Amino acid sequence: MNQTSPATKDSFLNRLLGRIPLSGWLALAAPVVAILFAGIVTAIVLAVTGNPPLETIGIMVEYGTQPRTMVLTLNLATLYYIAALAVALGFRMNLFNIGVDGQYRLAAIMAAALGGSGLNLPGWLMIILIIVTAAVTGAVWAAIAGLLKAYRGVSEVVSTIMLNYIGTSVVAYLLVNVFGVAVAGSNNIGTAPIPEDARVPGVAFIPGTEAKVFGLIFLAIALGIGFHVLLNKTRFGFDLRTTGLNQEAAVASGVNVKRMVVTAMVLSGGVAGLIGMPQLLGASYSYSLDFPSGIGFTGIAIALLGRNNPIGIAFGAILWGFLDSSSNILNLHDISPEIVQIMQGIIVLSVVVAYELAHRYRISAEQRRVSRELAAPVKEGASA
Amino acid sequence: MLRNRVSKLAVTGVTGALLMAAAACGGGGTTATESPAPGGAASSAPAEPAKSGAKVGLAYDIGGRGDQSFNDAAAAGLDKAVSEFGLEPKELEAANGETEAQKEERLRLLASGGFNPIIAVGFAYSGPVGKVAKEFPDVKFAIVDDAVEGANISNLLFAEEQGSFLVGAAAALKSKSGNIGFVGGVDVPLIHKFQAGFEAGAKAVKADIKIQTKYLTQPPDFSGFGDPAKGKTAAEGMIDGGADVVYQAAGGSGAGVFEAAKASNTLAIGVDSDQALTADAAVKDVIITSMLKKVDVAVYDFLKSVDGGTVKAGPTIYDLKAGGVDYSVTGGKVDDIKSKLDEYKQQIIDGKITVPQK
Repeated sequence: MNQTSPATKDSFLNRLLGRIPLSGWLALAAPVVAILFAGIVTAIVLAVTGNPPLETIGIMVEYGTQPRTMVLTLNLATLYYIAALAVALGFRMNLFNIGVDGQYRLAAIMAAALGGSGLNLPGWLMIILIIVTAAVTGAVWAAIAGLLKAYRGVSEVVSTIMLNYIGTSVVAYLLVNVFGVAVAGSNNIGTAPIPEDARVPGVAFIPGTEAKVFGLIFLAIALGIGFHVLLNKTRFGFDLRTTGLNQEAAVASGVNVKRMVVTAMVLSGGVAGLIGMPQLLGASYSYSLDFPSGIGFTGIAIALLGRNNPIGIAFGAILWGFLDSSSNILNLHDISPEIVQIMQGIIVLSVVVAYELAHRYRISAEQRRVSRELAAPVKEGASA
Repeated sequence: MLRNRVSKLAVTGVTGALLMAAAACGGGGTTATESPAPGGAASSAPAEPAKSGAKVGLAYDIGGRGDQSFNDAAAAGLDKAVSEFGLEPKELEAANGETEAQKEERLRLLASGGFNPIIAVGFAYSGPVGKVAKEFPDVKFAIVDDAVEGANISNLLFAEEQGSFLVGAAAALKSKSGNIGFVGGVDVPLIHKFQAGFEAGAKAVKADIKIQTKYLTQPPDFSGFGDPAKGKTAAEGMIDGGADVVYQAAGGSGAGVFEAAKASNTLAIGVDSDQALTADAAVKDVIITSMLKKVDVAVYDFLKSVDGGTVKAGPTIYDLKAGGVDYSVTGGKVDDIKSKLDEYKQQIIDGKITVPQK
């Protein structure tokens, strides 16, 4: 049925990362169970902390459906979406790129520095240069971990975490000592602002508000489509998925695993480098002390939530963006905004648990079916 | 095969949609909650400055109330004003690593909910305050530690380097080994001002003094302001290296610096509030003085001026002259050098000494 299924190891990891599809009614049951479970646990948490569950969710929904909030949600979701794609690229090949966070921050400061360097180029060319710089920086930083894994057997989990630390220090050094210009009278420090003509204007997607959606949301959409095409329509994507599912089988079929590891890391890092671009070119125009951080880690949760599928990730990213932007309104109603993080955690856990339960059910059902067929006398002759 | 992939896509899509739908259903019955309708509630506090019962909004940076440091100082000023002028406060706090748009939205929610005045605590609100203040010209804004300009923005700025100069001088006068230390929370320009003042003060007393410097974390990792274990390790390293007085500008991490000083029988200097009063009882006796940064006074003064209708836009600089920064004498451990410190203080106030900011 599935082109890779003969080589698929039915391991917990493969199931967790959505590499084994569910079919039939189970495919519908898993998300329903996840939602029920997440809803119940969230309601319990809210009730225990003394907040009326229905009213709390009502506040969030009312606020979340206002036009301005929708823009805010979409803008956050754009960043989260790219982050989750970067993570998912690695996941599909069994590579745990925990370093997405470091990769995008380093990429963002290099891109911002180029943007503010005063190069006298046409705006559109600057935009392309800035985006390419970001992608290349992210790719190079991730390649270190890829090379270490391919040629020295260093776990990419360990090396990317370490590279995050190193990246943080490098960014801080570059910001304070090399690229940074103090903002007059402020305690902030940032790269020189990107000139007006090299900024990407927002799009007035949503009526009823002056707030605009990041123009680079189209970059995110393009990346999502590219992700789907690359993985499902190309030889490379097939090799990548095969390597992720069953390395021995991949080697047997002639895949150069070392090269795949490095390429996958480079691709993942390149996408990671783009995470900060909508924010940089659409809102901040400079990398400063308050440039958003931690998005790479959010991406891991969203990739799991979206089961490494570009459409699933899109829903996950929007859900996450909605929850994050609603924390302000909860705070205003004297509900602790940390409740949002608890909800996010519960949702990811619920999805993981529900899908695993569905898979377990599928496996035992298959076993029952097989044993039934084996036990049953051959009735209709050897029809197969 | 194709069918399978399509169904997989569809299902994953449905997952997300249902999650969203579930959230939407939950609220179905109660969508008419009493959230502050934008503009509607503003009628209770229109363009007029805060009177009794006025709604005051306070937006904190990461940590919020209870960080035992910067945010708490602002909270103390708010509390005092609330009890004196009968204000109705609302406090919102930032999440870690959030975008500027989220800070902006926080201020906008307060402004559209009828909160006036609104105080933003920390330089991270610079851009957001600038933008939102333009959208709500009738609302008074104040921002701590930032000079963003606007017709309705009051900037509460501090001369941290001046106060740090005095405790630097105190450290040099108290040190027997001629070796002192500076522990900074996070390597950012704000803390560089503390370091610059401290070094200048110490060198004014003893030109060849040895000063060890250590920052606990690099931005955007702001855990250096809230990790006593890191503070302790850094201070122990300095003490092992011969330092006998350590100044900390590290927020919550400072508690670890005090512990290290206590364990090695050396001295320490506190920051922001009078830590000989606020620190853990077991370590109070190692704190010879503290560099006071009176964020509480600034916040209170601002709210008082709003209450009295005398609020002025633009920067108010809380320096030694204005009493916005100072050194503390609780515990009597600097009584013997007080006259010398006051001499420096007077020279700075008179402009005879200019303290560097970096």
